[in-house]
Amino acid sequence: MRYAMAIDTLKCVGCGDCVVACQTENNVPHGYCRDWIVENVNGTYPSLDLEFRSERCNHCDNAPCVRCCPTGASHIEKGGIVVVTHDECIGCGACIQSCPYDARYQHPDGYVDKCTFCMHRVEKGQNPACVDVCPTECLHFGDLDDPNSKVSLALKNRTHKVLAPEAGTKPQLYFLT
Amino acid sequence: MKEELFVSGRNIPNIDPYLNIWHWEIPLYLFLGGLAAGLIFFAAYFVVRGKEKEMPATVKWAPMIAPIALIVGLSALFLDLSHKLYFWQLYTTIRFSSPMSWGAWTLLLITPLSMIWVASYMRDMFPKWDWKFKFLYKFEAWVISVRKPFAWVMMILALILGVYTGILLSAFNARPLWNTSILGPLFLVSGFSTGLAAAIWMSKDKNERKVLSRIDLIFIGVELFLIIHLFMGFMAGTAVATEAAALFLGGQFTISFWVFVVLLGLIFPATLETIELWGYHVPKWMPPALILFGGLMFRFVMVEAGQITRFLY
Repeated sequence: MRYAMAIDTLKCVGCGDCVVACQTENNVPHGYCRDWIVENVNGTYPSLDLEFRSERCNHCDNAPCVRCCPTGASHIEKGGIVVVTHDECIGCGACIQSCPYDARYQHPDGYVDKCTFCMHRVEKGQNPACVDVCPTECLHFGDLDDPNSKVSLALKNRTHKVLAPEAGTKPQLYFLT
Repeated sequence: MKEELFVSGRNIPNIDPYLNIWHWEIPLYLFLGGLAAGLIFFAAYFVVRGKEKEMPATVKWAPMIAPIALIVGLSALFLDLSHKLYFWQLYTTIRFSSPMSWGAWTLLLITPLSMIWVASYMRDMFPKWDWKFKFLYKFEAWVISVRKPFAWVMMILALILGVYTGILLSAFNARPLWNTSILGPLFLVSGFSTGLAAAIWMSKDKNERKVLSRIDLIFIGVELFLIIHLFMGFMAGTAVATEAAALFLGGQFTISFWVFVVLLGLIFPATLETIELWGYHVPKWMPPALILFGGLMFRFVMVEAGQITRFLY
């Protein structure tokens, strides 16, 4: 089993619903966020290229944050989900330094926090909160090993890219282009 | 035009607009760790070489700073943790892929051992010193009887500690300025050089100072050589590497690095040490003070600049 997410950059309008849904679902403290939206503008008027990306932890296959964690608080759960065990985390900041996507932050309570692909929901067979709330249905979540999962089907028919593949982290967020 | 915006808004403390998770605690610790490694290494080295009598300051007096530096450094590390009450989790596991993990274990070994090292010379340094308990005298006699193997262990631990201060940073592939294998040797050499400087400062023996100054000149030479290689590597590297180097070549860290670290912290004290070796009078405190200042500055610059560098996507 390998959970992954495909984000349709052509459908995303940058409304920010995924961000708010995550903050509500996961009780993210005020001023912090586990997912965010990047608007990327390229080119010169009138030939401009616009890309919206809903970004979050990439749940990398070769996760540098897990590698450098001195206590094992950062670890990989079933399905490749990268998770931090709060009461094993000492808040040293090594994982934050090691993440090329700046997906982690220090929670005001001290431990390091980040997107969990809403593991508590996924375990029950539900989608992550951001996926369910998206009004354009541009987020596709599922198991890459299952050829009929939403994410597999989305990747099958579209060109896609990952962010900073040169970092060697084997990220599992796929951006449909 | 290329423009990137967080349309959802993102202003996470210490992460946005650029990473600043590690403040003064980490560079201070890296400096003190390197200093302690240098002090311990050369004390042990001269014991192994059988030169205890010729190098009294290096072997006996200067190592007194090591446990103090380590304890202050460890306190700084502790202050840096944001989930402090769980720090003991470091010692529930050994994770070889994490330099911070084996660094923590090395510190757990070398800190008490450096205290034992100093303690074993207490009665040499202060003839009136009294251990009060019989078992302490027995322990002291045992330590003195195994001094050579003890020195070998300390040399190896000091090497690990010295390299670790650099590898701690170079293990982060997401920060291109740090992610170079030269950082380990560079921090090791720089740390040893600061250790030598501290010993030179404390030494009252002319010959001892001469020997130490000569070794220190070699270390400064190697350090300059490694710094040149560091930048050659960046300049020949990928876009992220050249961007990292640009911070030092015209960017915001140009003066703090080339003037304060390289010129005032390496080249100038090396010149003074050379002049002193030629027989001219140089204020005794000056070269070591400059080297120590340069070493501290180097770590502050590297930690702060490294956090700004990142992958471009």
